[in-house]
Amino acid sequence: MSEPQAATKPHMEYEKVLSGSSTQVAQFDTNDKTALQKFQHFLHGSPAAVPLIVLLLSLTVFGAILGTKFFSAFSLTLILQQVAITGIIGAAQTLIILTAGIDLSVGAIMVLSSVVMGQLAIHYGIPTPLAIVGGFAVGAICGLINGFLVARIKLPPFIVTLGMWQIVLATNFLYSANETIRSQDLAAQAPLLQFFGENIRIGGAVFTYGVIAMVLLVLVLWYVLNSTAWGRHLYAVGDDPDAAELAGVNVKKMLISVYTISGIICALGGWALIGRIGSVSPTAGQFANIESITAVVIGGLSLFGGRGSILGMLFGALIVGVFSLGLRLIGTDPQWTYLLIGVLIIAAVAIDQWIRKVAG
Amino acid sequence: MKKTVLTAAFATLALGVVFAAPASAAGVSACLITKTDTNPFFVKMKEGATAKAKELGVTLKSYAGKIDGDSESQVAAIETCIADGAKGILLTASDTKGIVPAVQEARKAGLLVIALDTPLDPIDAADATFATDNLLAGELIGKWAAATLGDKAKDAKIALLNLTPAQPSVDVLRNQGFMKGFGIDVGDITRIGDEKDPRIVGNDVTNGNEEGGRTAMENLLQKDPGINVVHTINEPAAAGAYEALKAVGKEKDVLIVSVDGGCPGVKNVKEGIIGATSQQYPLLMASLGIEAIKKFADTGEKPKPTAGKNFFDTGVALVTDKPAKGVPSIDTKEGTAKCWG
Repeated sequence: MSEPQAATKPHMEYEKVLSGSSTQVAQFDTNDKTALQKFQHFLHGSPAAVPLIVLLLSLTVFGAILGTKFFSAFSLTLILQQVAITGIIGAAQTLIILTAGIDLSVGAIMVLSSVVMGQLAIHYGIPTPLAIVGGFAVGAICGLINGFLVARIKLPPFIVTLGMWQIVLATNFLYSANETIRSQDLAAQAPLLQFFGENIRIGGAVFTYGVIAMVLLVLVLWYVLNSTAWGRHLYAVGDDPDAAELAGVNVKKMLISVYTISGIICALGGWALIGRIGSVSPTAGQFANIESITAVVIGGLSLFGGRGSILGMLFGALIVGVFSLGLRLIGTDPQWTYLLIGVLIIAAVAIDQWIRKVAG
Repeated sequence: MKKTVLTAAFATLALGVVFAAPASAAGVSACLITKTDTNPFFVKMKEGATAKAKELGVTLKSYAGKIDGDSESQVAAIETCIADGAKGILLTASDTKGIVPAVQEARKAGLLVIALDTPLDPIDAADATFATDNLLAGELIGKWAAATLGDKAKDAKIALLNLTPAQPSVDVLRNQGFMKGFGIDVGDITRIGDEKDPRIVGNDVTNGNEEGGRTAMENLLQKDPGINVVHTINEPAAAGAYEALKAVGKEKDVLIVSVDGGCPGVKNVKEGIIGATSQQYPLLMASLGIEAIKKFADTGEKPKPTAGKNFFDTGVALVTDKPAKGVPSIDTKEGTAKCWG
């Protein structure tokens, strides 16, 4: 209302010099961008692009070397099966890392949940659906404790989950006496526990329910993170907790809910793990925490929080899967897989730093 | 006043030292140090040692690494045992080379050190080794597989599911023993993977658990779907391999062999999931070890190795319900009675 009025007023004498200056409003875009800068800008805008490009490249290279042995519907879906657990646990890890935290206890929570499901169903004779609920409850409680210690007691997430990792793993061994429940006993008494091992076949492609669960989980979380208040708050808390607090986000409540949901996702991972390996084994999944962090980092999420896409994590997990199967089919020593994954991790962080320059 | 308190404290301390010294000299005390205290194999070992120690009146203290490969905790445990005045140590080493200096310290201090299950490197770094003959364990399942296949052994397609990329001795011995038994030229017997026999589809690692067994089997099936013989480092890996075979509907066409003799494993042999397994006896290793320490404490005599071997062989038996000609075996009923875990 007032501006047009101001415009009609005659210029004051000292303002005359302004007439010759630029009238453009301040903006971040510069027109003199090189192709590389434009590419950098594109990568900055779509955080899942780098891992997707790497994934497609590695698929092409291994496909070219190995032919149909690698590039068939069967083996491509096999890769999905082999990364299903990492993908599910990686989703839990993604939520935590987006809040600028880290969760070292995800693998242990997964194993304990699976052991509780198995023990309740087989040794205590509780109906399988209730046993599964019991497993989920254990996952949720572990996550809740993590969240409480991080949000309320203000301990660093690294320390809290380092401690929880050991506590949960020790509980798992003490509780189960490290006894494996055999696949055949589960099939006879509690087949529902092996639910995620069942599959749908389309031609040569094999999709286990575990794979479908992983993809659905990632898609749901992708929607939640991008299109709900809770999701946007999560990014805000990870980017700058103080700013989020001032903007009216209840940071403490947010963190506790994120860790609890992460624990529940870990329990889902535990259920899927039973489907994958058939049996309930207290020693399974020992490296799930490292594998999930690897998937997240290769997937281009920032360990400093608030940046990255959960789709990137899925691509990151798949890149590791493609490398593992591809290199094993070529027949290399397993150490080469570890070496290349190590290179990928460092490269991913380096690329992340380079992309960040566009904003700086 | 202050002085009297101090004097009294010192006197008590001195008395304590005087009384404590003969007390530890009177009873025999021994240490058991395992790789972990969660693996059922070592749990059983501890049970065997505890029962025998109680029977002979030996005080037993048990230690373990936090995870498999945790050598530092084992070194600390050896140092504790020396300081504690133990007569002997039963040790399952995580790092067979790295632990040798600590073992030398213990032997210098007059303790008897017996390696259980896993020989040290060099093997004579310990006073004695009580172990399964893992090469023989491998040979038994190799021979059984070859005999069961009969004429088809000539064009078998073999998958080898090993332990870890580091190729620990137990892994190499079982793998190479299996090949020897099956009739494959092993090349360098201290190395996995240098064999040229076209029947070998490939090697992969499992970390000795179900998850690793399943993934490794999937990888090798992808290399050659015609696999019909699978050697697995242990029964959890075998269970995982079976899941992978079941997923592609090949579980009936493939012969799985394994080593360990744990109770779930023997049950899997009984149900035909695993064809045959070589059973080892951790309980026996540990109880014999305690007896040896007691004898050493009483008479100063050290245990001797089995004739023709550089270690004391605690025995191995092939467990199967489908005995093959020329390969001695026990059935799953007997195997179940002797199983562990």
